[in-house]
Parts: sequence; structure tokens; C-alpha cells
Amino acid sequence: MTGLLEPRAIGTSLERLDGRAKVTGTAPYAFEHPVDNGVYLHPVQSSIARGRITAVDATEAEALDGVIAVLTPANAPRLVSGDDRELAVLQSDEVGFRGQFVAAVVAESSEIARQAADMVGVTYDRQPHDTELRADRDDLYAPGVVNPDYPTDTSDGDPDGAFASAAVTIDETYTTPMEHNNPMEPHATVALWAGDALTLYDSTQGPNLVRDGIAGLFGLPADRVRVIAPHVGGGFGSKTLHANVVLAAVAARVVAGRPVKFALTRQQMFSLVGYRTPTIQRIRLGADSDGRLTAITHDVIEQTSRIKEFAEQTAVPTRSMYAAPNRRTTHRLAALDVPVPTWMRGPGECPGMYALESAMDEMALACGLDPVEFRIRNEPDVDPESGLPFSSRNLVACLREGARRFGWERRDPIPAARREDGWLVGTGVAASTFPVIRIPGSAATIRRVHDGRYRVEIAAVDIGTGTWTALTQIAADALDVPVDAVDLQIGDTALPPASVAGGSSGITSWGSAVVDAAREFREKYGPDPEDGDEAGGAMPDNPDTERFAMHAYGAQFAEVRVHADTGEIRVPRLLGVFAAGRIINPRTARSQFVGAMTMGLSMALHEDSVMDPRFGQVANHDFAGYHIATNADIGSIDAIWIEEDDPHVNAMGSKGIGEIGIVGTAAAIANAAHHATGIRIRDLPLTADKYIR
Amino acid sequence: MIPFDYERADDARSAVATVAGRPGAVFLGAGTNLVDHMKLGVANPDLLVDVSRLPFDVIEPLQGGGVRIGATVRNSDLAAAPVIRQRYPMLAAALLAGASGQLRNVATTAGNLLQRTRCVYFQDVTTPCNKRRPGSGCSAVEGYTRDHAILGASPHCVAVHPSDMAVALTALDAVVQVEGPSGPRSLAISDLYRLPGDQPQRDTVLEHGELITAVDLPELPMAARSSYRKVRDRASYAFALVSVAAAVDVVDGVMRDVRIALGGVAHKPWRASRAEEALRGAPAAEDAFRHAADAELTEARPLRDNAFKIPMARNTMVTVLRGLTWEEGR
Repeated sequence: MTGLLEPRAIGTSLERLDGRAKVTGTAPYAFEHPVDNGVYLHPVQSSIARGRITAVDATEAEALDGVIAVLTPANAPRLVSGDDRELAVLQSDEVGFRGQFVAAVVAESSEIARQAADMVGVTYDRQPHDTELRADRDDLYAPGVVNPDYPTDTSDGDPDGAFASAAVTIDETYTTPMEHNNPMEPHATVALWAGDALTLYDSTQGPNLVRDGIAGLFGLPADRVRVIAPHVGGGFGSKTLHANVVLAAVAARVVAGRPVKFALTRQQMFSLVGYRTPTIQRIRLGADSDGRLTAITHDVIEQTSRIKEFAEQTAVPTRSMYAAPNRRTTHRLAALDVPVPTWMRGPGECPGMYALESAMDEMALACGLDPVEFRIRNEPDVDPESGLPFSSRNLVACLREGARRFGWERRDPIPAARREDGWLVGTGVAASTFPVIRIPGSAATIRRVHDGRYRVEIAAVDIGTGTWTALTQIAADALDVPVDAVDLQIGDTALPPASVAGGSSGITSWGSAVVDAAREFREKYGPDPEDGDEAGGAMPDNPDTERFAMHAYGAQFAEVRVHADTGEIRVPRLLGVFAAGRIINPRTARSQFVGAMTMGLSMALHEDSVMDPRFGQVANHDFAGYHIATNADIGSIDAIWIEEDDPHVNAMGSKGIGEIGIVGTAAAIANAAHHATGIRIRDLPLTADKYIR
Repeated sequence: MIPFDYERADDARSAVATVAGRPGAVFLGAGTNLVDHMKLGVANPDLLVDVSRLPFDVIEPLQGGGVRIGATVRNSDLAAAPVIRQRYPMLAAALLAGASGQLRNVATTAGNLLQRTRCVYFQDVTTPCNKRRPGSGCSAVEGYTRDHAILGASPHCVAVHPSDMAVALTALDAVVQVEGPSGPRSLAISDLYRLPGDQPQRDTVLEHGELITAVDLPELPMAARSSYRKVRDRASYAFALVSVAAAVDVVDGVMRDVRIALGGVAHKPWRASRAEEALRGAPAAEDAFRHAADAELTEARPLRDNAFKIPMARNTMVTVLRGLTWEEGR
């Protein structure tokens, strides 16, 4: 990569350009787009986890005043493709998981739709279902690849032999539960057909992804579908293309000319828009007597749905994290009668690093080394997996800076040795990592408009991350103009295409396209263009991706208190130190880091979707039962970063920061809880019952 | 949601008559629980009689000591009332441990008492539940029971009562004033609530049409030294795993009197009578607290997921008693 942008607007804490609209309630979210003559949709969900629908009786529902249509597998418009069984909504009588759409009501009001949905009688040929993930299942299988396209298994050297002959070993199994993405804005879609053209106002992370997916399902050219998403209230990986969007589009076919409005309830989200698979992870570490790792194995068991495979890349971060000549990682899946798992903030890295960084803490103790020093001692010179040099790797700097700020040198390593007012107190550390991901397919257009302003267009999306603001800063620097000369337009597939807001890849992918367009523009028109001058660009290839391993790193430090009598666990202090290339906007970046660390704390202490295998559904499918951290659970929390120059990653010198903050948090907290209590809990979440004695 | 009628009551008598005369009618307070149930299909009333604006929003002294709390006094107002904070601090603490600020600002005293269990199966109309649909079976008894009862449960229902406020009121021997179709009556709070037995659909002994108009706190000087400790997974906005309301009267290091009630452990707020009995006359000391707590829990029967509640309840009782009596030793 050459020609790093000269940062002027980049690196400044520009306030969110959409902030005022959001806090005054004038930023339209999907469901809020004003439409004429809208109708409302409410789904009927399967009450069995596996079997066939034998009959749908809609007589009573259809007779209700205000009901326009009841869609069933028998009468729903046909899609041209049913290959993706998650998306083949109402296309067959098969039931693949409990909560699947089996019918839907379209009515004049949401209340009528909901009432009528309860009146629809569905009868089933129920088949035995299986929703239990266990390590001793005899039907575990190796997927072809793990998300998105990593090898399923890797092996280097002789990990078993090295482990057997290691001076110090640990061999432990860590588990994480099923967890559900719960963005603040539930999934919502407004769908309107005009002839064979479809407009979707959708709460989505990927306008183009939704456009292309929907167009494919209906057999339309992509340009017949327009997806509009100027503001999205969070996604965390769950707002891609799921059955809810398809259902809205299918239903809108039946009432052509009238927009169908469909917002999921919080309860419905627990079966329809993905979740993080539960994981069972066995980690074995072997080290020599100096605390240098000789063997690392990480064997993962997790689940997918029988109707569609999603294989979380849980052990992938272990492949490049620490130096050890003998390494193995494996992934095995159980295909169950459950909803389809999907991305949830930090897929792979988040659960995988919980296990690895917990194991590293145990191994540091076993080696008699400080956990910070132990990690530094096992820092690799090159990427252990590929043998490539790192484009930049500042894990050690993060650990050292974090230790200094956190007061780590004063730490007494002995567990269960500090008590204040009935609370056992401890501290812990863990490392964070996340790859630099670039997703092809983004383009941008820049046009000179009146008053010396520049209109920058790309169908990127802001899911609360700060895209409006950060892309404006990038465009300003790329054009060498002040930020207020830039009119950014995003969130609409009528604009040049953009890749999904996922994998922390947005700024790398979209920003590179904007920079390319700006360079094209200046090459064509120079510094004094005419109004109407226009140029386009796209994310260029980056040959450096073949020459370097590219990752962001971080170190997280936690203070934990566990009540000696009640087992209650609280986290009064969290510090994250990150090395993630150049930070585009410190204000929005800090929000990303702190938000993700909060979500990591929530994962550590609270989040637990409890599968009831008798019914094949999550028992605690609402916010009373599924706990997410509240404000009161967060004490002092801070995120900082170290200066990092990386000329190889992209033109901005930036690495994605949307996810790294959730990676390692749970391990830092679990390690601190062990330091506080002497009790090592290897099964998340860390709830009071596990510490009570 | 199914369409329903709505009426605003002008006075208690007519409200009672209206509800008593219509089997599908229910009283509406703030609706923080009932309206959820209507959305979920757990409750399907055909008439809501809104009693939230009846003139029961006052806290007043009772003749002979004690305090009367009107049925529509909001939880926030009750928690902030000086008479409650000074004379019955465990009640103020219990109120503030419940729900969220927004909910407490609207939730009424009577509504808080009559809120229903948060058992996940009770709230999910796609699963059997004897409390919601008598005779359909209990999904919890062999299911997800982390939040469920360890005391007083039956094979028909293992749900717990969710209120914090009611736990404190139980320790305080509050008396519930009721207006009914056949006139007023008074109920000791411990008689208001039921254990599930074979009729888990009935949370309380109230008959259809009976309306709570007030809750009376008896004069109880020892309640000035009382506290409420709620153990929960989150630091706020979570129901109790276990909670303890307690008041002590300690003289010269001896427990002259003690009141203890537990939350999160049973179908009703659980008065810890055995522990109280064991403690009266005993030294205010750790061993005695532990012995008393164990005595209370001898009948505890854990389910698959909640065995931890036994040591948690024991330890929390000990912690609370230690805290209340430690002040004495200073």
C-alpha cells in the first residue's frame, strides 16, 4: 500500500453529524419512514421444532374486520429459489426449527394483525427434534470451511507429542452459552412493490446485501430492488438478510401498491435473526520450564442449524496469537433443529479468545509467571500461521501501557487474598485481537456541487458506529477540503454499491473506495473543478494483503469483586488499550471500544440463552429473562489506544474497531474473578451461583 | 391483543360492583404487569376498570400508631416518604430494589402486591402452565428452574412471587384492606398470599371483584432498625435470586425480637418463622444466625437449576443479621 492519506480531519473528534437528528428524534429509522396507506404484518410462528405443517386454518382470522390477507405455505407467492431454507419463507410445509414463520397476517392495523395471527390454527405432523449440543454426540462433523472461508482444521508440527513432553501443561475445557444479538432497534422493514420494482426501508447492516439477496429470491435484476437505510439502531451481525425481510417482501406482493410494515417483537428476535452458537472448547497448552509455549491445541465443538450451515471460526484467532512450534486447531459441528446461528459481534474471536485467554491465565499461573510477562514471552516474530510478517503488531505495547495505567505492578499474584467490606477483590488481564478485513464490492462517486461543495455517494450504512461522520472525515482529507465542504450520502442502494457493515470492515472497504474516487476526481479535474464534475472509484486491490498478516491488537484489564457471602460478581473497573492503526475519529472510536467492552462484560456476567430441549426453544426469550448489562453494572470503564503507523492496511492507515473491544473482555473478567476468589469458572456466564460456597 | 372495554372508576364501590358483575373484568392499576400479559396473551380480560385514579394515593398515620398506605400510592412516592424511610427503612429499601425508576414512578402499591410470577413458562402461552391454564401441566418443574422456588412448592407449580415490596411487608406483618362485593375485610398479608398446592392459578385468596384499598403497617419500633438485601445477577433491574427483609431488637447482645422474610424462594413472600423462633432470646452472634438460617431451610427442596439458592438464602440471612446487629456492637 502506498500513498497514505495526510490526516487533517482524520484524527479529530468531530461530533456525530447525525447526532442532533438522533437525539431530537428526527432521524428516520426503518419503521418510521412516512408511507401512505400502510398495512401491517404479524407472523404466525411454528410451535414445533421439527416436522410438517399439515393444515392451516385461517377461516376465523380472515373473517376478522381489518384483515386483508392471511399468507400460508399454500398460498404465499412463490420465490424462484428455495435453496436457502432460512430464506425460503412460506415456500414449503417443512418446519426446521421452533419459531419459524408458518403463516402471516396482513391487516389494517398492527393490533388487528396480531389478534388475527393468534386466531390462525396450524396443525402439524410433529417429528422428534434434537436441540442439545453436547461434546459426546456421535454425529459431530467437520464443516468444509469455517466463517467465512477459513480452513476448518490446521496443524503444525507435532502438537500431541510436544504436549506430552512439555514441562508444564494445562488441559481444560471452556464453554460459552448461546447468546443473542439484541440491537436496541428491533428488526424492521417497510416493503412496497410498484409493478415489478420493490422498495425496502430496512433496518440493515447491508443495503446491497439485502438488495442482491431479495432480487435473487424473486428472480429480479438487482436494479429492480432499492433498499433504503439512512439510520440503523444497531445490528451486531444480526441485521443481514433474514426471513423477516423476505416475509415483508412476499407479503407486500399480495397487497401490491400498499406498503407492508413489519417490525419484529423482542421475543420474536430470539428465534429469527440469528445468535452466537454455544461453544465447547478444549484447550491444551504445553510450555518449557521458562514459560515458552511449545504446544497449543484448540478443539472446538459448536452448533449449526439442520436447515443451513453457519460454522463459527472460534479457534481461528488461536492460529496467529502466540508463538509455539506445534499447534492444532479444529472445529466440529452438530447440526440441530434450531434457528440458524450467525455473526454476533466478534464471531470466532470473541468466544475463541475467551477460552484461549482464560487458558493463558491458567498457564501463566502454572508456570509461575505474571500473566502480562507470560504473554510477552510468547510474542511471535512473524505470524505463526502464515509465516508472514505482521503489517504492525503492538500487543506488547498494549499490555505494557495497560499495565502501567492500571497499576498492575502493585498486584499481588496470590488468589483470594484481598477482601474489602465483604467483597473479594481481584484483577485480571487478557489480550484482544481482530483481523483487518476488507470486503470487495464497494464503489463511490464524487460530484462537485454548488458553493464549492462535494457530494460523496456510497451505499454504506451507519448502524450506530459513526459512519456518517468518519466517512465524511475521510472524504474531506482525500479531497483536501474542510469537512463542511463534504455532503456525504449513504444508506441507499440507489448510490454506488457498498459492502456489508460487518467484520469491522466498513471503514477499510468504504473508505478505500472514497479515497480512490477522490484521487480519480482530482486527477481528472484538479483542484478547481466545475460544478457537475464527477468521478468514481472503487476499493483498489491491496497487494500487501499477500505480503503481511494484518490484525489489530489490544489488552484488557479488569477489576472484579465477588461477594464472599452471596457470590454476586461486579466489575468496578475495566480498561482497554488498543493498537488499531490510525484512529479516524477519537470520539466515535472510543464509543466503539467502550460499547464493545460493555458488551463483553455483559457476555462475561449475564448473557445466556437457555435452550429448553423439550420445546426446542430459548426459555428466557425476553429482556426480563435474558440479562444484558445495565448502567448500574458498569463502573469505571475506559478505552485508550496507542499510536500505530501501518502503511500497509489501507489508504487511511486504519484497522477496523467495531469488534475488537468485545474480544478478551470476558477472559479478563473471568481471570480477575479467579484472582479474587481462587475459583476458576470455565463456563460463561459468571453468575453468583458459581461462586457461592 | 384482543379488543377490550375500558372504564375509569369513580369510586371503589362502583368499581367493585362492575368487576364483580362481569367474569372477564379486571382492575387496572398502572398496568405495568397486566398490559404485558395482555400483549402476550397471558391475560385476556374483556373489561379493564381503571382504579389508578381512585383517591387512595395518601400515606397517613393510623390511630394507635402505624401507617396506612393507600392502594394507589406510587412505589417511588412510598419509597421517598419520610415516615417510611425513618420508621420502616426495609420497606423503602425493598421498593428501591425493585424494577426501574420509570416503573416505580407509575407502579401502585396494590399493583405491586398483585403482580404475577415471571416464570418464563407462565409468560409463554405456547408452553403448558398450570397457573395460566389449570390442568395443562407445569413446564418448569422439570425445566429451566434457576429462578424458581425452594420452599412451599407443589408438583403443580414451582413459581416464585416476584415482588420485593411484599417481602418487606410480610416481615412487617402488614394488613391488607380489601373492599369486596359483600363489604370490606382485612387480611394479614401472610394470609393474602397462597402456596400453590393444587390451585396454582390462584396467587392470593382474593375473590373476583375484591379490590385492595390500602395496606396498613402496624406500629413496630424495632422496624427502625431493619434492612432489605436483594441478591441478583445484575446490579439493577433484575428479580431477586434471593432476598431478605429483616428487623432486629437487640438488647445487651441478645436478640429480644426479630422479623425475617425471604423473597425469591417461594410462591409467596416467605416469613422465616423458624429462624425467628430460633433467634428469639439467642445471642446476636454468627453461630446463632447460621443455626437459625439452617433451621429455616431444613424443608428447602431444590429443583434442577436452583440448589444454589439454599446456601445463598442462608448466607444472605446471616449477612443481613450480621449487618443489623453489628451496628449494635459499635
